[in-house]
Amino acid sequence: MADLTPAQRDAYWQRTSRLMWIIMVLWVFFSFVIPAFAVQLNSIKFFGFPLGFYMAAQGSLVAYVVLCFWNARAQNKIDEEFGVAED
Amino acid sequence: MANQTSKSFVDNLGKIYGVYAGGFIGFVIILAIMEQMGVPNKIIGYCFVFLTIGVYAYIGILSRTSEISEYYVAGRVVPPFFNGMATGADWMSAASFISMAGGLYLGGYGGLGYVLGWTGGYVLVGVLLAPYLRKFGQFTVPDFLGVRYEGNTARVCGVVVLFCASFTYIVAQCFGIGIITSRFLDIPFEIAIFVGLLGILVCSMLGGMRAVTWTQVAQYIILIIAYLIPVVWLSTKLFGNPIPELAYGQVLDQIAQLEQKLGILKPHAAAYVDAKGQFSWVEFNNFWALVLCLMVGTASLPHILMRYFTTPNVRDARTSVGWSIFFIFLLYFTAPAYAAFAKLEVYTNVIGQNITALPAWVQNWSQVGGLLTIKDANGDGILQLSEFIINQDIIVLSMPEIAGLPYVISGLVAAGGLAAALSTADGLLLAIANALSHDIYYKMIDPHASTVRRLVVARLLLVVVAIVAAAVAGTRPSGIIQMVAWAFSLAAAGLFVPLVLGIWWKRTTAAGAVAGMITGFGICLYYLVGTRYFGMAEWFGIRNISSALFGMPVAFIVTWVVSLMTAAPSKEMQDFVDSIRVPKGELAWVKGAVHD
Repeated sequence: MADLTPAQRDAYWQRTSRLMWIIMVLWVFFSFVIPAFAVQLNSIKFFGFPLGFYMAAQGSLVAYVVLCFWNARAQNKIDEEFGVAED
Repeated sequence: MANQTSKSFVDNLGKIYGVYAGGFIGFVIILAIMEQMGVPNKIIGYCFVFLTIGVYAYIGILSRTSEISEYYVAGRVVPPFFNGMATGADWMSAASFISMAGGLYLGGYGGLGYVLGWTGGYVLVGVLLAPYLRKFGQFTVPDFLGVRYEGNTARVCGVVVLFCASFTYIVAQCFGIGIITSRFLDIPFEIAIFVGLLGILVCSMLGGMRAVTWTQVAQYIILIIAYLIPVVWLSTKLFGNPIPELAYGQVLDQIAQLEQKLGILKPHAAAYVDAKGQFSWVEFNNFWALVLCLMVGTASLPHILMRYFTTPNVRDARTSVGWSIFFIFLLYFTAPAYAAFAKLEVYTNVIGQNITALPAWVQNWSQVGGLLTIKDANGDGILQLSEFIINQDIIVLSMPEIAGLPYVISGLVAAGGLAAALSTADGLLLAIANALSHDIYYKMIDPHASTVRRLVVARLLLVVVAIVAAAVAGTRPSGIIQMVAWAFSLAAAGLFVPLVLGIWWKRTTAAGAVAGMITGFGICLYYLVGTRYFGMAEWFGIRNISSALFGMPVAFIVTWVVSLMTAAPSKEMQDFVDSIRVPKGELAWVKGAVHD
């Protein structure tokens, strides 16, 4: 961190925080918003599954895997942009 | 392996574990052939239990070490992919492997709260904590609290929460190990627990984190093979589709038809319904409360967080979280299929049968401590649904027998369950023993202790904690999944707020964090113990497996308010937090902070 000026450091943290909030919003969506409508979604059929059941059993899980890898990639990009990625 | 993990070992991990997985599949095939040749079931059960434990012990002995950083953080050389596998095994315990599909079997949609709760937490781990704790780069989670909140008060609070949560969790694992070994070795439950205990200790005692890491990778491979094979087999047999996750849409349909025929009021796939099949706000609230507590608990449990101390750098810690959730996902999205297939088998092949004609597995399982009861209540000799009471902890283990698969599959599932329980028990045991030996003994009692002495203390504590846990498990305090959920709540209420705010909010003060930990954890514990043991009424109908629902907000508000009331952390501390937030560069230690 020695290489960053305070202004750069703040900019870096702002970008990191923004990424954090985006992922947190998506996390809330897949964890709480979709299950909240499970009763309504269950009346829709998806690959033979009631959709509400399907989302809690598989759909949201896929989203979590994607979110975790996406976070790693996006954060690495930010690190490289600011020159703070490890060698 | 030499005292330090060699580079050639790390480079060849893929090859080593590839050969190992092939060897295990070969072993299963040989046992299958032996079964066909008439070798008795009991021998096959023995082979699975002892040979797998033998392999773990062998890895444990090969990985013995007398280096501090090898012992505590596996030398920080674990590649993200393999750390993901190890975390998967560390994570998936007896609760995931043995009980979760059982919970789904009994609870239908309600059981999916566990599936969501035990996966989504990794998003929190990856985004909020893992990379920053890796940058911090010490040995334990209380280490972070001790440095960030300048002093032993926060460190001790951290150790207390860690101990309570991890100990509850490990008792549940010993319980699971007891069920499996007593059924497959045919010995009494209380003795079986101690046989399993030896299995735990040989893996962790000599090599600490290094041995546990490489054993956990081996255990992940066995547990995932063991979980997938029976479901894939059934799916192929019933639907000609080897991907059960796709096929069980049809199973849900068939279950729905059978439910109507059998007069079951609560449909399997219906969300938030009570026993009568009516929508219920209590079920709705308990569902999201559980999901929240399990997710936040995931991001607070030290045995998981400390896995990310072992990667080579911050970038790898992030990627490693991705691999962890991927490997966990493989089991979790299969569990609901497992439950659906088991339900279909029970509804079609067990219910409505003549009781005297029931196969041998019923007899075998009835003998394991009241986990399966069959009572001909109306005396007509036919088994009704209400006369068949199966405990959720044995659904997965007994399903191969219920479905009439060869016994070798039962043995395989037992080996998988054992791998899951042992691997988690190892991780937990290490987390507890490390906190006591490193944070309490070394950091507080004797900071001048020699390396040899530190490791002796660590190993001694490991054995003591393990024996006490096994003894408590012998008293059968509760069901596996319930005990594990309590552990998550305790960790969530006590540790999440100080960890996350310590990184993300520089203004958090030591007084704020300590006050938050004590009140949050205190309320959670009060609610849990009060409702469980003293007949206290539930608040808003929330079950005590989600106790953290009350502890977390209190911890958050108290930390926030007290922090604002006390003087802001020093400039040095704020610089230190800044240095944790950036992957590259040295940490700006606060003067006087004790660190290695």
